Amino acid sequence: MEKFTTLQSRAIPLAIENIDTDQIIPARFLKATDKQGFGDNAFRDWRFDKRGNLNTDFPLNDPKYTGSILVAGDNFGCGSSREHAAWALVGYGFKVIVSSFFADIFKGNALNNGLLPVQVSEAYLETLLNTIKANPETELIVDLENQTIGIKGSDQQESFEIDAYKKTCMINGYDDIDYLLSKKEAIEAFELSRTN
Amino acid sequence: MGKTLFDKVWDAHVVDSIQNGPQILYIDKHLIHEVTSPQAFNELEERDIPIFRPNQIVATADHNTPTKNQHLPVKDELSRNQLKQLAENCHKNNITLYDLGHQYNGIVHVMAPELGITQPGMTMVCGDSHTSTHGAFGAIAFGIGTSQVAQVFASQCLLLTKPKSLRVTVNGKLKNGVLPKDVILYIISKLGTNSGTGYFCEYAGDVFENMSMEGRMTVCNMSIEMGARGGMIAPDQTTFEYIKDREFAPKDEEFENKVAYWKTLPTDADATFDKEYVFDAQDIEPMITYGTNPGMGIKISEHIPVLNDASFEKSLEYMDFQKGESLVDKPINYVFIGSCTNSRIEDFRVAANYIKGKHKADNVTAWLVPGSKQVEAQIIDEGLKDIFETAGFELRQPGCSACLAMNDDKIPQGEYCVSTSNRNFEGRQGQGARTILASPLVAAATAVAGKIVDVSKAFENAFEKELMS
Repeated sequence: MEKFTTLQSRAIPLAIENIDTDQIIPARFLKATDKQGFGDNAFRDWRFDKRGNLNTDFPLNDPKYTGSILVAGDNFGCGSSREHAAWALVGYGFKVIVSSFFADIFKGNALNNGLLPVQVSEAYLETLLNTIKANPETELIVDLENQTIGIKGSDQQESFEIDAYKKTCMINGYDDIDYLLSKKEAIEAFELSRTN
Repeated sequence: MGKTLFDKVWDAHVVDSIQNGPQILYIDKHLIHEVTSPQAFNELEERDIPIFRPNQIVATADHNTPTKNQHLPVKDELSRNQLKQLAENCHKNNITLYDLGHQYNGIVHVMAPELGITQPGMTMVCGDSHTSTHGAFGAIAFGIGTSQVAQVFASQCLLLTKPKSLRVTVNGKLKNGVLPKDVILYIISKLGTNSGTGYFCEYAGDVFENMSMEGRMTVCNMSIEMGARGGMIAPDQTTFEYIKDREFAPKDEEFENKVAYWKTLPTDADATFDKEYVFDAQDIEPMITYGTNPGMGIKISEHIPVLNDASFEKSLEYMDFQKGESLVDKPINYVFIGSCTNSRIEDFRVAANYIKGKHKADNVTAWLVPGSKQVEAQIIDEGLKDIFETAGFELRQPGCSACLAMNDDKIPQGEYCVSTSNRNFEGRQGQGARTILASPLVAAATAVAGKIVDVSKAFENAFEKELMS
């Protein structure tokens, strides 16, 4: 897994609530047996119409927006557990997703792929969306070590929560398998100790 | 202080705890399917890690399988390849697979309970968010991502932070025509799609106590649609009777010993929950959704709410519905009865009971997709297939089918489908398709009428007629 410490980048605003993982990557693209290529189909049915024409109204297609941070509406990543959604966002080039609320399974999947979910207050989300829309060249600064997100050149900053264990994993590029394998003896002892 | 059902099962599976971090939770049963497992198998192979406990894994082919001509090679090359990979991976690693055509093949959340694999007090996972279904037995069951599938392959464990607890109680007697699907759609419509996020939910009260196992599975199945990773119902006599004598259920003395343990699992009277909601069964009516998430549901007798909110308006625009309108009498061309929510024998009995002696409307294409080979066999044995076919319904072969339209069972662009599945997301049943979630009864009534009908009225009338005669 890639390491993550700090990121300074422009951001793409996507002010839609309850974005489910079926929108992030539609089911018909889940037939691959590796993790490559999902980025091409990220938000496929919002980026393109049924004939394959670019939907120019969609923020990801708007040339004035760019960057590796996606700022999205409340309850991002709800629905299906498909990790393909995280692979699609990473494949598209995102490193951070900002929202006022994340669905559980998506959040875990994102963290397992070096994609940082940054949960901010509703008011701060509003500020970010408005600031980016007013000036698409706005850069955001995400500092995982200090758990802060801010707008470059502004003192409007907010701190965010992250599990201490997951933070260590993100900063060092560790994954859970390494840790679980180191606990094999305890796991085997647990199996032997069970009565029910 | 007393413990909840969830606490008891969770605590019995904690291997170790990381200070200020997650816990290592032991997983009893790991269910896998073709779509979310290949990358996990690859991961282990690349890192040269063996599968730790292959005999605790059960595989089935369900997500992308065709529902017609299952004896022929799968036409779609990508699907065929994914199924082939699953078979190869299972064979290489000594994992039991109920492949396409096997007598036990079926949707993972239908197959495991009916074989007695799902049992109270277990921890169960699957790379599928509707794994919450198995909570109906008093198991901790939840969906995981593919990285976690790899973790369970490697260690039979997961690193997890214990979720908070939530209880939804529904007391009273359900009205005629109100099915378990209506109960859960009602709950989600009241609580919203993210009220359960960060929580594990227990369903309690007379309504669930009096419900069949199949109904309980329908309810627990949709826990994820309110954000809860899982839902649970306390195991009781109904649970024990359902499990007894099933293929992989404990037998004889072992069964009796298990039952004695399972009886200790229900939530203690003095246990407390982080959040509680209470509803009255009499307030629930047959439900229907009008928007693009499962929380956007109303009683069929109600009108779409009038809200000024951009996401709400985007949703109505996609569905081509107006604020304040009623959905009764909306013409519908597609009806789907199936999915891990409603594809068990009771669902088809309800549908057949309504359909018997009637005929599908000419404008409707109606697909009935059983949840498993065993359900399919039961439909035939009980004579339901004849009822369906006489009425113009098409009985297909088992699989996830039009719930997520990974196979050919897609609803065309712009068409409405009254569906017994669990998600009405944009494009869920095919690009541009518009999904309306409902119970098998509402779906059957829609197929017969060719439009949405208020089944609560039909039942009121029937009841009145009964009183008059």
